[in-house]
Amino acid sequence: MSDFLQLESLTLAYGKSIAVESLNLSVNQGELVAFLGPSGCGKSTTLRAIAGLMKTRSGHIRLDAEDITRKPPNKRDVGMVFQSYALFPHLSVTENVAFGLRLKRLDKQDIDKRVTEGLSIVGLGEFARRMPAELSGGQQQRVALARALVMDPKVLLLDEPLSNLDARLRLEMRSELQRVQQQTGLTMIFVTHDQVEALSLADRIVVMNKGSIEQIGSPEEIYNCPATRFVADFVGFENIFAVHDRQLLPADDNVGGDKPHSARLPLTCGTAPDTRGLAWRPASVVLGSGNYPGTIVGNAFAGTVREYLLQTALGPVRADVNAELPAYPTGSDVMFDLPFDKAVPLSSMS
Amino acid sequence: MNSRWLQYLVLTLVMLFLIGPFFIIVAAGLSAGESLAFPPQGLSFRWVIKVFQIDSFRESFALSMALAVFGTLAALILGVPIAYALARYKLPFGETLRTIVSAPIIVPGIIVGLALLRYLVVPLDVEVVTALFAAHTALILPYAVRVVSASLNNLRSDIEEAAVLLGASRPGAFFRVVLPNIRSGILAAFILGFVTSFNQVPVSLFLSGPGVRTLPIDMISYLETTYDPSVAALAALLAFLSIAIVFVAERFLGFSRYV
Repeated sequence: MSDFLQLESLTLAYGKSIAVESLNLSVNQGELVAFLGPSGCGKSTTLRAIAGLMKTRSGHIRLDAEDITRKPPNKRDVGMVFQSYALFPHLSVTENVAFGLRLKRLDKQDIDKRVTEGLSIVGLGEFARRMPAELSGGQQQRVALARALVMDPKVLLLDEPLSNLDARLRLEMRSELQRVQQQTGLTMIFVTHDQVEALSLADRIVVMNKGSIEQIGSPEEIYNCPATRFVADFVGFENIFAVHDRQLLPADDNVGGDKPHSARLPLTCGTAPDTRGLAWRPASVVLGSGNYPGTIVGNAFAGTVREYLLQTALGPVRADVNAELPAYPTGSDVMFDLPFDKAVPLSSMS
Repeated sequence: MNSRWLQYLVLTLVMLFLIGPFFIIVAAGLSAGESLAFPPQGLSFRWVIKVFQIDSFRESFALSMALAVFGTLAALILGVPIAYALARYKLPFGETLRTIVSAPIIVPGIIVGLALLRYLVVPLDVEVVTALFAAHTALILPYAVRVVSASLNNLRSDIEEAAVLLGASRPGAFFRVVLPNIRSGILAAFILGFVTSFNQVPVSLFLSGPGVRTLPIDMISYLETTYDPSVAALAALLAFLSIAIVFVAERFLGFSRYV
């Protein structure tokens, strides 16, 4: 079902400061969506608004064809896994998972059955009697996941689900979440500041910045075709330049002004009319040939590639070159090229 | 070597200073003599038995007990919500509230007692017992708020949100998730408040009336007329009671974490 969860011109605020401004988003049933962005971009705030833990200033939230904007959080059928897990310290694993079911006044057999089921989904069957303090971080997180899953929510929200785990557990939990999602077909939204996490886990990524959406797309789209300067920067396009009047300019130049740009380079071919900038990954920059001159100001060996920093008329340029090729010493002048076929056009430079 | 001996010496003197009076009182209470004296003249339980035969002690003990129990309960009923509000919400007058709540600790008891007598009991004709109850509640409130605040600060606030998302109402989340986790803090506050109230002298001194005396005040006035060892015997009994309470609390709750 498409448009299972809809956010319509949602505006959220803490007192006078606007955290999220007229955000529109539609999530399909069974989709796994990531809210990606730096801290303070409004992604967690949006998540809390969907849960009902945050009041909406204006706009609507619709879930399963029902307007839940004014519905209290305990009636929304929305599950949430908190960043800190938020397990009840005085209750055992079983009692934690059974907490919501008991509030629903289900009969005891039904509760027991669903708790056992929930714990086995997250692989914690033998820990049922433990207290939260006796579990590792990863296990606590899985209890939190089971506790939300047994409620059979319409949407499951996860706030930075992997950020408190070490690298190995993170990988494990990532596949765990994917497995749970495939097994249950649950609609899930998770918040992260880590692009790798979003790329590897989500069906669709919503990149947020300063309280609004920069881009929505599949992981491939976000990674390969960032639409704005912010997204390009976020997914590792370190060379971003403004385009104006068939000229390549430093990204932060005021293109509208009258003052002559000393640092401009002619483009070798045309761009679409709404292109405001072009972006290259460091690996796309060619050293040793091309039309643009630069000076090597830094070089570092990084395993398979050597990372160069060049000073150029456009400002600093980053280039990654196969480490097996002979190195350019720092201080040497070198010609470089920004191949147009590797460039990603940006529609916004803000 | 030298400094180590000095350390032991200082430590021993401090311990003696702290616990010494207790042993003197116990010894004096077990005296067989006719007047309050140390060292005791012989050993006997006659004054311990006498304590239970003095009517006014029985009455003032009952009053002190009732004050300590109900004063502490009242302080907790007020203090837990105050501590919760201070811990969870950014109140516009949060700091002011905190200061006001702490005031009875800072202001000398004599002044609190005199003020209550002068402006509550005398002009408004408030019953002395009511005034005592109010005074003790106010005196215990700071301890209740502090101790409960300490355990609330150790408790993550997102567990309440988790409870709400699992279907609990806001009050439901408080009773199901917050209260069970600060239970030992509340018990610790209760014991601390109880002991504070029970041992209270300066405030109670002003708020005594005909037939209304707390135990410590009654002991002082008994001592003024009758200088026999029964007061020492009673003091020793009370000290043992306090020790027992604190011991049990420490044993089962880890009381010292909160104070």
